[in-house]
Amino acid sequence: MARRVAICAVAQTTYQRSKWDQRFQGMALDVVESLQQQTGLDFSQHRESGMSISVSDDVFDARTISDNPMTDVLGAHFGCEEKVAQEGAQALYYGLAAIQSGHVDVVLVLGHCKESQAASRNMVTHVAFDPFYTRPVGLDFCAAAGLQAQAYAARSGIGDEHLAKVVVRARENAVKNPLTPEVVKVSREEVLSSPMLADPIRELHAYPVSDGAVGMILAAEERAKNITKRPVWINGVGNCMDSFFFGDRDLASNFALKKAAAIAYKRAGITEPRTAFDVIELSDQYAYQQPMWAEGLGICDEGGGPAWIHAGGPERSNVNLSGGMLAGNPLILGGLVRAAEAALQLMGKAGERQVRKARTALAHGVMGPAGQFHTVAVLERG
Amino acid sequence: MKRNRNVGITGVGQSVFSSHREEVNQPEMIHEAVAEALDQSGLRIDDIDCVVHGNMELFEMVHQPDLWHSIATGAYGKETLRVTTGGTTGTTLACAADHLVSSGLHDVVLAIGLEKLQEGHATGGITNMADPLWGRQLQTGALTGMAAAELIAEFGAERARRASMKYRIIMDQHAMKNRKAHRRLRLQLDQMDDLAANSPALVGELRMIHMCSQSDGACALIFASEEKAKQFCKQPAWIKDHITVHREEMFCLFGDEPYLATHRYAAEKLYKRNGIKDPRKEIDVFEMYDPSSWWGVQWLRDFLLLEGDEHFKMVENGDIAIDGAFPVNPSGGVIASNPIGATAMVRVAEAALQIMGKAGDHQVPKEVKQALASGFGGTMWTVLFLLTRDVPR
Repeated sequence: MARRVAICAVAQTTYQRSKWDQRFQGMALDVVESLQQQTGLDFSQHRESGMSISVSDDVFDARTISDNPMTDVLGAHFGCEEKVAQEGAQALYYGLAAIQSGHVDVVLVLGHCKESQAASRNMVTHVAFDPFYTRPVGLDFCAAAGLQAQAYAARSGIGDEHLAKVVVRARENAVKNPLTPEVVKVSREEVLSSPMLADPIRELHAYPVSDGAVGMILAAEERAKNITKRPVWINGVGNCMDSFFFGDRDLASNFALKKAAAIAYKRAGITEPRTAFDVIELSDQYAYQQPMWAEGLGICDEGGGPAWIHAGGPERSNVNLSGGMLAGNPLILGGLVRAAEAALQLMGKAGERQVRKARTALAHGVMGPAGQFHTVAVLERG
Repeated sequence: MKRNRNVGITGVGQSVFSSHREEVNQPEMIHEAVAEALDQSGLRIDDIDCVVHGNMELFEMVHQPDLWHSIATGAYGKETLRVTTGGTTGTTLACAADHLVSSGLHDVVLAIGLEKLQEGHATGGITNMADPLWGRQLQTGALTGMAAAELIAEFGAERARRASMKYRIIMDQHAMKNRKAHRRLRLQLDQMDDLAANSPALVGELRMIHMCSQSDGACALIFASEEKAKQFCKQPAWIKDHITVHREEMFCLFGDEPYLATHRYAAEKLYKRNGIKDPRKEIDVFEMYDPSSWWGVQWLRDFLLLEGDEHFKMVENGDIAIDGAFPVNPSGGVIASNPIGATAMVRVAEAALQIMGKAGDHQVPKEVKQALASGFGGTMWTVLFLLTRDVPR
C-alpha cells in the first residue's frame, strides 16, 4: 500500500483581467514566497522540496518550454523541475504519483497563466483542433461548448432562465471571494439580455479572461505532519479522455467525466457521491456546465440538472462557493484553482465563504473541446 | 532511489525518422510507434491503463495536442498525463511513467514522445524560448559555437577538429546499422578533411555536418510493474534510477559556476547513490543526447567524470564505437535523428533495447548488464536514466 499524500499549504494571487504590471515569473514568485512563509520550507539548492511541478501552456505564454524561465523562481536550480502541460489539477495527480512512488517526499506545485497576453483566447484554443477537418471549420473551445450546450439543452431541457440563475449566483459568491476582486453582481435581466457568443451561450455565461497563479506544497504522510497541523489528504484522483472528433462523441453523455469520477471515487472509497462531499468545486467555464458536470459527477440525477438548478441544488450541496470558474481563472488552471479552494475550505481558511466543519471536498477540472478531458480529485481534512 | 515497487520497460516502438514524413500526419506517425511497442510486449491497447504524452506545442503550433492525438495514442477512455520539459521531455516522460507505475496507481503505462519538425520552424521555435527582454536577441536556437571554441582553446584547433569529426563519422557508421535513423550518409574516415573544409558553416566552428538533424518521428515505451513486466517479456529493461537536474536560464544568477556543471553534478549524484565507482567499466553502453559532435566529445568528460584529455582519447582510440570498449550511441544518436519531443525518449528506448537484446543490427557485441541514457534540453538541463538487466534490489 502506497503512503498517503497531503496538501500542506496553498497560495494564490488574485485573478484579474490583466496583471499588466507583472510578468508570469513575478506572479509565481508571490505565490512561492507565500508558500515558503507558511511552511518554513527551504527552496535553496540542497532543498527540502524534492521536485517542482509547474503548470503552464507554451501557446498562452508564447514561450517554447514555458517552464524554462521558472526554474529559479521555483527554487529548482540544480534540481528536478518538470511541467504539466495539461489541465492544472493533473499536477496533483502527477505529484501524488511522484510521492507515492517513493521517489520524493515533498513536491512544490505551481500553475501560472496570463491569458491577457493573447489577442484572443479563442485564437489559442482554435489551434487545438486538427488542421485538416475541424480547424478549417473555425472551431474553438467556445464554439465547441456552444455545440455541447445545444446537445445538453436538447436532452435535459435546460433553458435561458436556468443559466441566468447559475450566473447570478456565481457572481454573488465571487463578490465574497477576495481572490476575484473585479467581479461584480449581475441581475437576472442583465444575463438574459447579454449578447450571444455561441448560441445558447451568452457573454455573461462565459468565464472571463484572467491572469493569475496558484501553488501548493504536497508532502508524504510522515513529512506532512511536520509541515502543517492541518493537512488535507488527497484520497483519490481520476481522469479520463474522450474521443477527439465530435462525430465520434455523444456530446451530452458526460462519458469522460463519469469515468474520471468513477476512478477517483473508487480510489477514495466513495460509494454515494451525492452525500459524500461537504464542499464541491467544479470547473464551470460556461454556465450550462455547472448542471451538466453535476450530473456527470453523480451529484444530481441524470437529466436532472435543470431541476437541480431550479430547486437550489448548488446552494444545498455547497457547489462553487468561491464563484467557481465563472468568476474567472485561467483556462489551464481551472482544476488546480478548484482544488486550492477546496483545500482552503478543509483547512478552515476560506474566510467569509467558509463551510462550517467541512471535512470532505471534491475538485474538478476540464480541458479540451466540449469537455473532452476531465479530472477529479477527492480531498479530506486531516 | 527509493521506490515503492520495481518498474520495467517491456515494449519499445519507434516510427521511421525522417526530415519529411509527408505521407503521414501527426496521429498516423504516432500510431507507428504505439503499434510497434504494443506488438513487442504482446499487448493490445486495452491492456494499457494510462497514456503519458509529450512534445513542444510551438513547434507544430497545436494547442494541447494530446487531445487530437488521442485518436492514435489509444488514450480514449483511459487516464492520461501530459508533461513537457523542452529537450528533456522524452526522459521526463519516462520518469513520469516510472512514477505512475511505481506508485501503484497503474500497472501498465504507455509513454509517447513525438515531434514533427517539418510542420514548423525548429530554430525559430527554440529561439522563442529565450526571455523576450534579455535573451531573445542573442539566441541562435540550438546552434552554438561555444563547445567548439572551448575544445579548441583547451586542446588546440587541429586535435579538437579531428576529434569532433571522428566522433561524427563514428555516429554515422552507427546510424548506417539503424534502419530507422534519419541521416545515414555512409561517411568514411578518409572524408574528414573534405567535410571539415566543405560542410556549410553555421556558427563559429560549428558546421552543418557536426549538428543534429531536425526530424519527424515518434517514440513509444511501455512501462509495467515487476509482476506484469515478467509476464510480458523474458527480459525487461529494469529502471534502476533516474535524476533530473535543471538550472536557471540566464547562466549567471547564482554566481560564476561553470554553465555546464549540470552534467557532472547529475552523474556524480547518480553514480554515488548506485555505488558506481568506475562508470566506464560498470556501464556497458551509453545512449547520450548529443546535439552536435562538438558537444558529444565534450560531454563524455562530464558524464563519465573524466579528467584531462581522457574523453579525447576515447574518441581517438575508437572506444566509443559499437564494438569498442565503451560504446556510445550505437543507434547513431541525436546527430542522426532528432524529433525533439521524442529524442530524449529514444535514448531511453535504445538503452532498453540493448538490455533486452532487441537492438537488431546495432546491438552491441557484448552482454549489456547496465545501460545509461541521457536527456538534454532547456538551458543546459540534464536527465540521466539508468537501466539494468537484473531486477533492482
